[in-house]
Amino acid sequence: MRPKATTGMLRNSEAARLVERRAFLRGGLSLGALTLLTGCDVTHTDEVQAVLDRVSRWNDRVQAALFNPRRLMPTYSEAEAVKDFRYNAYFGEDKVPKIDGGTYKLILSGLVESRRPWTLSELYSLPQVSQITRHVCVEGWSMIGKWTGVPFRAFLERIGADLTAKYVGFECADGYYSSIDMASALHPQTLMTFKISDEILAPKYGYPLKLRIPTKLGFKNPKWITAMYVTNRFPGGFWEDRGYNWFAGV
Amino acid sequence: MTAASFPAAPAGTTITVHPLTVRITHWVNALAIFIMIGSGWRIWNSSPIFDYYFPLSVTVGGDPAASQDLHNETGLASALQWHFAAMWLLVINGIIYFSYGLLSGHFRHALFPVTPRAVLRDAFAALRFRLPHHLGVYNAVQKTLYLGVLAVGVIMVLSGLAIWKPGQFQELAFLFGDFDTARLVHFLGMSAIVLFLLVHISLVIIVPRTLPTMFTGRARVHGDDMHAA
Repeated sequence: MRPKATTGMLRNSEAARLVERRAFLRGGLSLGALTLLTGCDVTHTDEVQAVLDRVSRWNDRVQAALFNPRRLMPTYSEAEAVKDFRYNAYFGEDKVPKIDGGTYKLILSGLVESRRPWTLSELYSLPQVSQITRHVCVEGWSMIGKWTGVPFRAFLERIGADLTAKYVGFECADGYYSSIDMASALHPQTLMTFKISDEILAPKYGYPLKLRIPTKLGFKNPKWITAMYVTNRFPGGFWEDRGYNWFAGV
Repeated sequence: MTAASFPAAPAGTTITVHPLTVRITHWVNALAIFIMIGSGWRIWNSSPIFDYYFPLSVTVGGDPAASQDLHNETGLASALQWHFAAMWLLVINGIIYFSYGLLSGHFRHALFPVTPRAVLRDAFAALRFRLPHHLGVYNAVQKTLYLGVLAVGVIMVLSGLAIWKPGQFQELAFLFGDFDTARLVHFLGMSAIVLFLLVHISLVIIVPRTLPTMFTGRARVHGDDMHAA
């Protein structure tokens, strides 16, 4: 780099010294921040956490803006679909809820015209489709699987849901809960699924009802769903309330 | 090295080596990279591609013990929050740096030209400990490393976007192969940056007077800066 002609003159001025001191202070602050960040206590203070939560809400808005309701997620061939899909939950396989399909009822509430509960045979009687998509986990692993069920949009229309509402929330037999934005709920690949790999969901995969939403990370695909509701009040979610990003779009 | 880029200031005078914008973006970038790597390591631990786990103590993103107490996980949620917050710092700062570098002519002056012949010559000189340090002028090896790490930085942002949005940005993910290969590229890019940092910081330790210059922007011209060629 060529020396600046003005440097010699500036060097003696008070202004230049101030700028220099400020630059040094700024550098010192970022170095200090570096050393502090490695300490556990600093990164977990309420103030820092509040900032991170606000950025996460901002990231929700950015992702909602990036979300294209007509953009289809890539689909794959039967050969690429995993037959023995990975079991995944926040508890061991021995604690998987065992639901009796004969007495099961899907509870509906919130901004829907018909709140009548649905039995499993009523749900099965709706037109179903299959899709082979990639399940992307927040942890970084991913797996291609085949799911079969009712397009969620068709079901929401059927029950007279307010499609202008902001959120659809889910409650599950294991105590899990989650929610999605209406735009993602209406996406053509969002399915209420009853089958994986052409077989009725095994208990560990969420029998009798799982939401398969390939436009979102795995934890936004609740299993063992027992109730769903349409609302304008932000419902949060199990992992979302523990720090995972709420929109979690892929 | 061309005569035109050689500092023409006499010994004892002070010259501006790093423009203010370069200094500010350098340190903001240092902070952002530190958070991105540290939190990235913890995210990696939750589902590593290779059977290697980064020690939790060198990762960034909240108190793992608190996360364990509160929700039975070792801080993945908070590491993700740090990663996806620092990405804004990294990208906005990067846009300022690249815009400045391109528009002000900084890249043209500081990083070009760099020829393979010059790289080989300077590399051999360095290996024989006979590569002189010219104040404010990068040798060909430095230029190559800086250009290389900038390119890796761009690849990191692109592969990061492909991992973040393999659906909405599926063309980008496809460019890297698929989701899994984009993850691999993201990991290898991180490794390259860590290697760069090892060299970068080692050189600062070997030539410590370059450190205050990165804060003040200025350095005093020494006699040996003039004669070494």
